[in-house]
This record gives sequence, structure tokens and C-alpha cells, in this order.
Amino acid sequence: MSGLAAARPESSAAARPALEISGLWKSFGQLTVLRGIDLTVAEHEVVCLIGSSGCGKSTLLRCVNLLEPIDAGRILVEGVEITAPGVDVNRMRRRIGIVFQSFNLFPHMSVLRNVTLAPNKAAGKPKAQAEAEATDLLERFGLADKRNEYPDRLSGGQQQRVAIVRALAMAPDLLLLDEITSALDPELVAEVLNVIRELARGGMTMVIATHEMGFARDVANRVCFLDGGVILEQGAPADMFSHPREARTQQFLERIIAAGRL
Amino acid sequence: MRGLGFGGPLDSGDSILRSGGRPPVRPRFDQSALRSTLVALISTVVFFAFVGFVAVNAPGWSAVQQSFFNGRVWQESVPDVVPAFLTNVQLFCIAEVLILILALAIAVLRSLPGAVLFPVRLITTIYVDFFRAVPGVLIIYILGFGIPGLGIAGVPTDPFFYAVVALTLVYSAYVSEVYRAGIQSVHPSQEAAARSLGLSQFQALRYVVLPQAIRRVIPPLLNDFIGLQKDTVLVSYIGVVEVFRQAQIDEAASFNFTPYVVVALVFLVITIPLARLTDWLVARDRRRFLASAR
Ligand SMILES: Nc1ncnc2c1ncn2[C@@H]1O[C@H](COP(=O)(O)OP(=O)(O)OP(=O)(O)O)[C@@H](O)[C@H]1O
Ligand SMILES: [Mg+2]
Repeated sequence: MSGLAAARPESSAAARPALEISGLWKSFGQLTVLRGIDLTVAEHEVVCLIGSSGCGKSTLLRCVNLLEPIDAGRILVEGVEITAPGVDVNRMRRRIGIVFQSFNLFPHMSVLRNVTLAPNKAAGKPKAQAEAEATDLLERFGLADKRNEYPDRLSGGQQQRVAIVRALAMAPDLLLLDEITSALDPELVAEVLNVIRELARGGMTMVIATHEMGFARDVANRVCFLDGGVILEQGAPADMFSHPREARTQQFLERIIAAGRL
Repeated sequence: MRGLGFGGPLDSGDSILRSGGRPPVRPRFDQSALRSTLVALISTVVFFAFVGFVAVNAPGWSAVQQSFFNGRVWQESVPDVVPAFLTNVQLFCIAEVLILILALAIAVLRSLPGAVLFPVRLITTIYVDFFRAVPGVLIIYILGFGIPGLGIAGVPTDPFFYAVVALTLVYSAYVSEVYRAGIQSVHPSQEAAARSLGLSQFQALRYVVLPQAIRRVIPPLLNDFIGLQKDTVLVSYIGVVEVFRQAQIDEAASFNFTPYVVVALVFLVITIPLARLTDWLVARDRRRFLASAR
């Protein structure tokens, strides 16, 4: 925020990771899903989380967004500990955008209102300003003509793009994407993935849970394989996909190849 | 005609075949739909004519006619009873507004999570259980006679006041359950999406959950309105001179039941349109649901 930091963005980025997770544990009753996750994401980095179904990718993202209370560990966003007791969770969440597999648009609101609701009500922007900014964003993602439509009149791909715009409207420092193409027909997947590629080019810091290995290879700076509640292996996509070190990673990738998804 | 569901679009082709020998000209309207409407109409008329015939020819008909459908008493009681109905309308309108507000507050309080709010949930749950368990008439009696009977200075003595309070308390218990069902029908992912954007719990409720919940419960709410409309006569027990009490007064004066028939007709005239509206809304929601289910 200070003039000094603004003048030297690169040095501050190098000094401070966008996201820092250490020793994160999470269980649902008897079931322990996350057993000590350590993950650091640098500013402008795109990290893909892969792993078999039920391994806890969604849970991890929901914890980072404070939608799930955690059992142990710390999560820092831009150097601020969001899991510290007594923090204002609403304020923290505004810095972290999340997009869900099932879009979760508000069906009773127009596209424009879906996008402006949080900037207007949570961030307190005047309505006119929120609408002008939302219109710009919608235009950028090819949705300008849909601004007055209701979500049920849009295709799945359009709905998911609106959900992405809705998260971006809060100008988050960090964007979490949870299998955002899994609920889409195959021919609609590309339009959503292209949006993410564009965001990555624009320098958005993202953590992406995905089953689209081709996309992960293409867009990720780093791929993390989640297994048994920990990040078992991580590395550059080229290394991870061609020379996985761990036996579990090899098995997982073989299954994926057999299913024709890589 | 077609829209009313008496026959699908395919039936028109059939009806040309069945009517035999006609040139295959596309009919201007759906003939089989017209036919089924006619059949429905005729069978209804025949049925009610039969019922009427049996009643009119029953041995006790003239006595019944005298005491329930007496033209002279009718003429005398209509100018009494119909204005008295305004009291019911007033009662209904005031109570309804209060019920909608109180019930919403109860439903929201009961839906709040968190251990700290357990006492709030407990109190509201007891409230709802209590007022759904005790017959409404008893509540009206207890409040209407009991509280003024305490003789505390400054406490209202107007029975109309207690009528409003009693109906509000009883109906809020039911209506809060309707609201609560609506709140629970909104998928938790909607609240998660709202919270993830940084909206507070109250804002998520106010802008995301409640608008969807209330939209879904409008038909059952209207259903409860119909019940409330009719239950406004119960306050006659504590001396509010409303339509039913007025009919009792007229009955006592004329030794004739016709005033009650007038009351019944007044309620029919008011309630049937509301019932039709409710059914129409339910049907519309159903169509929308089927359309959006794809
Ligand atoms: N709210 C919850 N209550 C109880 N158990 C849960 C809850 N949410 C998730 N789980 C369990 O936690 C485990 C991890 O779930 P999660 O959704 O994080 O997996 P995932 O890696 O996202 O799987 P997928 O690839 O299928 O989306 C699963 O066994 C799931 O059943
Ligand atoms: Mg998941």
C-alpha cells in the first residue's frame, strides 16, 4: 500500500509469498483428511493440485478460504495470518477468491448483480462504481451482452465464467479454483480454461484443483500431488508428469493415462 | 383450451380421424379439448342437479329451508353481518403483518448456528412447540380474559387488542416453520458462495438465502393466510363483535340460522380467489421447476 512498496513490487513479492500454509490438519469427525500440509505459493505463481478423488483437494481450498475451520496449522496470505484467533474473517475472505465446481451463482439475481453484490455490500463500493467495474470485467470475459440475464438462461460455460468474474470483482490477491470444469460439457471446457490461461498470463496468483492434466501441464508453474493427507510430491509439470519419483504418483498418473485424461 | 391440459397437440390429429369422413382440414381449435370441456361441464351440472333434487325432495326440506334459507331473515341480516366482516378484515390485516415479521425473526433465530446461540434456539423452539400444541381458542381465551383480569393499571382492556396478540402468537409458530423449511431448502453452497466473497453471515442471509427461501414458501404462506382468515371468527369468544358474533346476535333475535349461511357465503367469496391464486402459484412454480430441471 505504501509508496515504497508500490515502487518496488518485485522485491516485496520476492520477500513475501502470496500464500503460506504450514502444518495444516483437518478432520471431519473420525475422518482425518489433511495431515500436515505445507505449501508456499509465490506471487504470480500458478499451482495445480492433483490427486485421486476424495484425497482432500476441495477441503484444502475450503480451509484456505476459511469456509472450514482447521484443527491445527497456520495459513498466511500476503504475510497476514488469516487463521489467527480474532481475525475478521469477512475481511480476510475478500482477499481470497474461490470458484466452485458447481458455479454457485445466485439464481435470483441478474449476472450484473451477482458480480456487484460483494463489492457493493461487503467492500462498501458505491453501486455505480461497482457496476461500472463489473461491466468492464464482464466485457473482458465476453459476457457484456449477458449482464442483465439470469444465471439459468446461461450455458454452463458462461455461468462458470460469470462465477470467475464474480470472484475477480473483489480484486483478490489469490484465486482458488476447485475443479471448475468438472461440471461442464466437454465442448464448454475450453472457453473456461482459456479464461484461466489469460488470468495466469496477467499474473494472477492461483491454486487450482483439477483433473485436467493437460491443462495442468500447460498452465501450472508447479504441480502438487496430494496423497494420504500430505503433499507427497511436487515439482515443475514437465518433471512431475514425465519422471514422477514416488510410486504413488506413478500409479496415479498411470490410472489417469489409462482413463485417457493425459 | 389446449393450455388447460384437456388434450395434447397430438389429439387434434386423432379427432379428425374419429369424426370420420371430414376433410383433413386443420381445425381452428382443438376439437377434442372442446369436447372434454363440454363433457366436464355437463357432468358437473347433472351431478349438482341430482344433489339439489334429492335435498329439495327430502321429507325435512321445508323445515330446513325455513331455518337456513329464510329470505326475510336474509334481508335483515345482510346489512348487519357484512359490515361486521370489516372487523375480521382489520384483524386479519394487522395480525398478518405482525405474523410475517415475528415468524421471520423466529425462523432466522432458530436457523443460526453456533454454541453461544443455543439459548436463543432453545427459547424459540419452546415457543414454536408450545403454540403449535395448545389449541388456538384456548390461547385466545387465556389472553383475552386472563390478562385484563389481572387488573394491572395501563394494561389494555380492548378485546380486539388481545385478539390480534393471540392470533399473532399462534400463527407465528406455524408460519415460522414454513419460513424455516424455506431457509433449509436453500442449498448450503449458496451461503458458502456468499461468505467466500466476504459477505457477513447477516448479509449472506439478507441478500442470498432469504430472498430465495421466501420465494419458495409463498404458496404455503398463502395457505396459512387462508387458515388465518377463517380463524378470525374464533375471537368472537372474547367478545369482539365480528362477523360470527354478529351472526349469533342476529340468530338469537330471529331464532333462525340464515345469518350463519350469510357468514359462510362471505367467507367463500373472500377465500376462494385466494385459494385459486395459491394453486396457480404452486402450479407455476412446479412448471418452472420442471423447466429448469432440464
Ligand atoms: N463436510 C464434510 N463432512 C464430512 N466429510 C467430508 C466433508 N467434506 C469432505 N469430506 C470428506 O473428506 C474427504 C476429502 O474430500 P474432498 O472433497 O476434499 O476431496 P477431493 O480431493 O476434492 O475429491 P474430488 O476430486 O472428488 O473433488 C472425502 O473423504 C470426503 O468424504
Ligand atoms: Mg473436490
